[in-house]
Amino acid sequence: MSLRSLLAIIGVLAVVGLLVFGLASKGSSRLQPGDAAPTSTLPQLDGNGSESLADYKGKWVLVNFWASWCLPCRAEAPALEAFQQQHGGPRFTVLGIDTQDLSGDARAFVERYGLSYPQLRDGNGDKADEYGTTGVPENFLVDPKGKVRLVVAGPIGENELSGEVAPLLAGGGS
Amino acid sequence: MNRLALLVAVAVALLAPAAAATQPASLTEIEKQVMCPVCGTLLQLAESPQAQRERVFIERLIAEGKSEEQVKDALVAEYGDEVLALPPRSGFSLSAYLVPIVAFLVAAAALAAGVLRWRRGGSGGDSPSAGDGPSDEDSKRLDADLARYDL
Repeated sequence: MSLRSLLAIIGVLAVVGLLVFGLASKGSSRLQPGDAAPTSTLPQLDGNGSESLADYKGKWVLVNFWASWCLPCRAEAPALEAFQQQHGGPRFTVLGIDTQDLSGDARAFVERYGLSYPQLRDGNGDKADEYGTTGVPENFLVDPKGKVRLVVAGPIGENELSGEVAPLLAGGGS
Repeated sequence: MNRLALLVAVAVALLAPAAAATQPASLTEIEKQVMCPVCGTLLQLAESPQAQRERVFIERLIAEGKSEEQVKDALVAEYGDEVLALPPRSGFSLSAYLVPIVAFLVAAAALAAGVLRWRRGGSGGDSPSAGDGPSDEDSKRLDADLARYDL
C-alpha cells in the first residue's frame, strides 16, 4: 500500500471517528427502569468529603436531581422531606443531587427547606448527563441492587411518593 | 527636552498595561466570556433563572473587589471548565487551539507540494506540452486513419 493511500485511509477514519464520537456524546438518553444506576463519585454539598451511589448499596435510594434556581424544585422539596421523615432509615433514603447550581445558593436552599437527607453536588452537570436528564427536577428510584426501578421526569409530589414509591419499598427487594 | 519626552513615553508605556490589569472587573465584559451552563449560550444572551443567579454571583464578587480572572476562576470552581466560553489554554483543552493551527499548516504544505508538482509537470518532463507537434509515429497513424475515411 502506498503512503498516499495510507494517509487517505487515516484521514477518512479520523473524520468517521469524529462523527461517531459526536453522535455518541450527544445521544445520551434518560435511564429507564431496569438500567443500572451510575455509581461515579460526587462531592458532598456541604464540602465534607464525597460519596457515590455505591455507598448506598443494599438500600432503596430516591435520587433527586434539583437546583436552587428551579421553581418546581421548591415545590417538591417539602414533599421529599416529609417522605424522608416517614420512610428514611436503614432501608431507604432520598439522595439529593444539586446540579448546575451555585453551591452557596444550594446550601441556602437546603437550610430554607430544612432538608435532612444527604446532598451531593454536580456543579458541571456531568452526573445529570449520566442519568440522561433533560432538566430539573427529575427523580430516579434505585433498588438495593443498584437498578433503576422508577423514573419520574419532573417534580415528584405526594401522590407519586405514596402511590408509586411507597408500594415498591413495601413490596421488598433485598 | 527630548530626553524628558522620551521618559514620559516610556513611563506611559510601562504603566498602561498595569493600569489595565488593575481596572475593576465589569459584569458586561465577563458576560461575554462565560456561558450560562443550563442554556448552553453566552451569559450575555441568557435570561433563564440560572443565568440571573450567575449574574448575581458575578456582581457580588465584583463588589468584593475581585479581578476578572478571579471571577472566572470562581465560576470554574462552581460549574467546571464548561462555563468558560473559550476553553482554557492548558491540558487537553489546549488541543482546541493547536489542532486548527496544525491542520492549517498541513493543508498549506499539501497545497504547496501540489502546486510545485503541477508546475514541475507543466514545464517539461515526460508528458507532451501543448506546443509540441505529434511524433512521427503518431503522424503516420493519423494519416492512415484519415485515409480510411477519404471518399
